[in-house]
Amino acid sequence: MTTMTPTTTTTQVYRVYIKATAQAIWTAITDPEWTDRYGYTNHAHYDLRPGGHFDVTPGAKFRAASEAKGYELPDVLIDGDVIEADPPHKLVTTFRMLMDPQMAAEGFTRITHEIKELPDGTCSLTLTHELENAPTLALIVGGSQEQYGAGGGHAWVLSDLKTLLETGKSFNE
Amino acid sequence: MADDDDRVFKALSDPTRRLLLDKLFARDGRTLTELETDLDMTRFGVMKHLRVLEEAGLVLTQKSGREKLHYLNPVPIRLVHDRWIDKYTERRVTALIDLKNKLEDSS
Repeated sequence: MTTMTPTTTTTQVYRVYIKATAQAIWTAITDPEWTDRYGYTNHAHYDLRPGGHFDVTPGAKFRAASEAKGYELPDVLIDGDVIEADPPHKLVTTFRMLMDPQMAAEGFTRITHEIKELPDGTCSLTLTHELENAPTLALIVGGSQEQYGAGGGHAWVLSDLKTLLETGKSFNE
Repeated sequence: MADDDDRVFKALSDPTRRLLLDKLFARDGRTLTELETDLDMTRFGVMKHLRVLEEAGLVLTQKSGREKLHYLNPVPIRLVHDRWIDKYTERRVTALIDLKNKLEDSS
């Protein structure tokens, strides 16, 4: 961990409780066949070792929706490196959004996923996004641009992930 | 999950707790000392409200050196929104669109 300044205001923290095994949650985050089914429906690819490559490429549904709105999508939407991978409990990566030049210029941020098994058989999933020097990305992942078609950010993705794992269907299925 | 929703609705039912969430929405990652300024309440009272918010999952804390920072967790509100609000507002919006179309057709 990098040391944080005493009053970090650029970090966002999200937590959701899911009735599923840690392995099921881990798979839903790291397997493109699963990431195709909830949230932005794009395809995450992780080389799960320190220094390994991470990227997200457009899924068919996201590509169709973007083309319908006249947006030209890059081949890679998000890229980064794996810093730590401890399946199925902890995943730390850098994260750079490439969908527009302004966000691409903000450079790499850092995301930590932590999955904890709880005594009642559920798991907590905590997502911490350190967003230093990335104010535009912070707005998008914070969900405040949803009314402009940018999706609901991390809270929306995690809500949909919970729905998918607990009911077998996401919001749009 | 019904219990989770109960805790969220209960936590949101108090004006001081909503004010604390608004403060974190405006600026996240605050200490107790920062949160209690301009609140007409004892430190103990603020701690009690923060505990209710934490139990509902609306506030998360992280240690940063000696300090405990409080973060707004919007996921429980999102879940309530996706479960309870979307369902009803979508129908209402559709009804309004139908009405608009009808009025425009008949004119």
